[in-house]
Parts: sequence; structure tokens; C-alpha cells
Amino acid sequence: MRPLRYARAQDVPQAVRMLAEAPYGAYLAGGTNLVDLMKLGVATPELLVDVRRLTSERIEDLPDGGILVGAAVRNSELAADPTIRTRYPVLSQALLAGASGQLRNLATTGGNLLQRTRCPYFQNITTPCNKRVPGTGCSALDGHQRDLAILGASPECVATHPSDMAVALAALDAVVRTRGPDGDRSIPVTELHRLPGEEPGRDTVLRHGELIIDVELPPLGFAANSRYRKVRDRASYAFALVSVAAAVDVVDGVVRDVRLALGGVAHKPWRASRAEDLLRGAPAIEHSFAEAADAELAAARPLPGNAFKVPLARAVIIRTLLDLTADLAEDGR
Amino acid sequence: MTLRVDGTTYTLGVDTRTTLLDALRERLGITSPKKGCDHGQCGACTILLDGWRSNSCLALAVAHDGAEITTAAGLAVDGTLHPMQEAFVECDAFQCGYCTPGQIVSAVGMLDEVDSGWPSAVTAAGDVEVVLDEAEIRERMSGNICRCAAYANIVPAIARVARR
Repeated sequence: MRPLRYARAQDVPQAVRMLAEAPYGAYLAGGTNLVDLMKLGVATPELLVDVRRLTSERIEDLPDGGILVGAAVRNSELAADPTIRTRYPVLSQALLAGASGQLRNLATTGGNLLQRTRCPYFQNITTPCNKRVPGTGCSALDGHQRDLAILGASPECVATHPSDMAVALAALDAVVRTRGPDGDRSIPVTELHRLPGEEPGRDTVLRHGELIIDVELPPLGFAANSRYRKVRDRASYAFALVSVAAAVDVVDGVVRDVRLALGGVAHKPWRASRAEDLLRGAPAIEHSFAEAADAELAAARPLPGNAFKVPLARAVIIRTLLDLTADLAEDGR
Repeated sequence: MTLRVDGTTYTLGVDTRTTLLDALRERLGITSPKKGCDHGQCGACTILLDGWRSNSCLALAVAHDGAEITTAAGLAVDGTLHPMQEAFVECDAFQCGYCTPGQIVSAVGMLDEVDSGWPSAVTAAGDVEVVLDEAEIRERMSGNICRCAAYANIVPAIARVARR
């Protein structure tokens, strides 16, 4: 690991100033991904500014009925929070589907959003990778493709975003609030992460030194009827091949409103807007769910090694929506 | 910096790149936490860090100045084994033993999480009380790998302590 300076700031403004003055610096929170990448030689910061104790560790009710989650809230605490479990079960389930108990205790809300792809070629400094070293090429195109993207990829990069939590947040229209050298801003989670395009090195729209302060969950009554379903190569402690975050509001057998996002399929959490548009006003039956899934996946451009993800995503979308609407039928609503 | 490990306070200087695992093992000679993968994937390095079970290989020591750490060795009091240690012996819950300290301290932290009502990925939605059956134990312990595959005895050992 390369020599490293470590600094602890007094407050957020000082942390932002410290990093703004260090072009090769990085923020450190839980460290579960960053320290790993430093050991691998993928991340080579000269300065770490520790922000673990600077941002809020609280989960607070907002006056409008939403929830504010501090950036330093541990993944494990957020998953176990009784309000989150009741009003946004998809978020609790997504967190619990990711990593291990030990990692969830260290990992933070802000850090989870900013974790980097687990594409094996990105993590291996001996192989070309446009995300790690722009212009060197993409080893995955002729390599192991099982975990790679089927939607929104570019010739430069076919990596996927690894977070489960971010998929749920994208479905819930969560908003990330940041502070940076240029001031404060609010960024919808759906717009936080980028598609790779010609700049795969940039995972997000954040500028250097911009710090996530908290994440706002807007009120969404029918999010109480939400679910996260994840398919992976082993039963626990593995990244998603495909995952689905969904919330559905059904009235008299008709889908009144729906939120749908996919994980494991793209460079960012994939909000399935096309499917949502088709579902609103459609009868809550398997045929509608299949048509919506097909419409969303029409844009899929799989590689030979991950073509299975297209029918898999279709099946998981249908199954998740069926489960959610079957629960409603049982409740007699 | 200072670390309080298993009831003893240590003062030490560390390189900024030193992990808690390396500080414990190489600087303080506390070898109960083991180095397996060194990438947070195997759980052999698990400690209780300020009470939270954590991978000590992914925590930089400088970021945890003043931390209170419990290792598996520190669970025994005055030579009397912790119930989890006793259960592992009684159930023969290991073969080579390399993952065992991490398994034991992880299991102790895991039972605290269950006592706090924390759900897992296999807990049914809406369940307030966690029933710690085999599926729950296996899911909650998935961050601890045993390459001898002693799981068939690790699960009953943990269940034995959970029932007490």
C-alpha cells in the first residue's frame, strides 16, 4: 500500500476544505470497500479524511412524513430500524441481502452508495480496465461476463453497480444531500450514479470533495407494500446476478401506482421507468407484469456470458410483483 | 494511539496503513483474531469493535483510536470458558481451528443482535420476534467461512447457547 496521510476534521466544512486542497485525497467512512481497494492497489489516495464521526448517525422523521437517514448510519442499524421495516420494507430487505453481519456493522449509508464495482478486471491491477485506467481497454469483453451489465453499458465498460441498498433507494425516489466546495445540493439517487459512456472512470456525478451528508426518503404510503428480491450464485453473502426492488399500490385489481428498480444489470441502479409507465392503470395480473418486464428489457444488450440475465430479470420482476399483489389479495384490500 | 483489548489498555504508534488486525497481531502479539483472506470475505479476523462484530482486516487502526476491542480469547474470564467456547468444544465445532476464534466472537455478537430484535434476510417480513432456527443461524453467520466445512457442528453449537 502506498504511503498515506490520515486526518480527522473538526467538522464537515473543514473536511470539505481539506479534501478540496488534496486532489489525490479521499474520504474514509467505514472503509469496507476503500481499504480493500487500497490493499489491491486499485485505490491509491495520498490523504484520507476521516468523516465517520462527522455526519449524522441518526434516522429521523421529517415533518412531511418522510425519513432522513444520516450518512454515517450503519447499514445494520438502518436495516433493523423499526420505522424503516414497517414503512419501507424494501430498503431493510435490500440491506440485509447485502454483505455479511460484520460488514454491515462497519459500512455506512454514504459509503454504501459510493462503493465501486466488483468487476474482477477492475479489481485486478494486472488486467486492462477503462474504469481503473482510462484508455487501456475492457478485459471483460473477452473475459468472465457472468456478473456484468445487460442494460446501459458502453463499448468502454460493462461493469455493474454492486449496491443492493442503492437499488431500493432508487425505487423509493430517495434524494442524496451533499456538501462540496461549491456549496450544498440535492441529487436524486436515480441521478447520482452515471452510465459509463466514454467516461467509465466516473461512477457518480459527485465532484471531488463533495461529501454525502444524508439521504432523504420521501413519504410514499404504498412503500409499506414493497419487497426486495435478489438472485445470486449462493444463498447468502454474494453480489446480485439480478435483483428487483418493487413497491405496488393496487386498487380494485388495478395497479394505481408502482415503483420498480433493478440491480446487478447496469452501471447504476436501474429504475425501470418504462415498465412502471405500462403498469400504471393495468390490471394487476401476471400478463401485465410480463408485458412490463418485456418492455423494460427490450433495450437489453447482453454479452454471450450473461445472456441468461435477460430471462432471469424478466422472471424476477414477474415473481416479485405477483408476490406483492398476492399479499394484497390476502389482506382483502 | 490507544486500544483497549480484552480489558487491557495499550498505547502504540502505528503506520497509517496498519489495519486493526495487523496492529493486534503484529504489534501487540494478540493472535486470537486470524488473518485469512485479509479482504473482508472470510471472517477469521472478526472482533467486537466497540461492541459491534466487525472485520478487523478492513478497519484502519488510526481510525479507531481509543476503541474497546474484544477478541475470542478475551471472552474467557479468569480461565473459565465463555458459554460459546464451551459449546464449540462440546459440539466438536471445528477441525483445523483456524476460523474458530472468528466464528466464536461473531456468534457472540450475532446473539446480541438477535437480542436487540434485529432481522436477517431470512426473517419473515413483519416478524418482531426472531426465532433462531438453523436457517437464521446459517444466514447470520454467512460472513464466517470454514474451509473444513465444520458447519454441521458449528450451527448446533450456536443453537445450544442461544437456547440458554
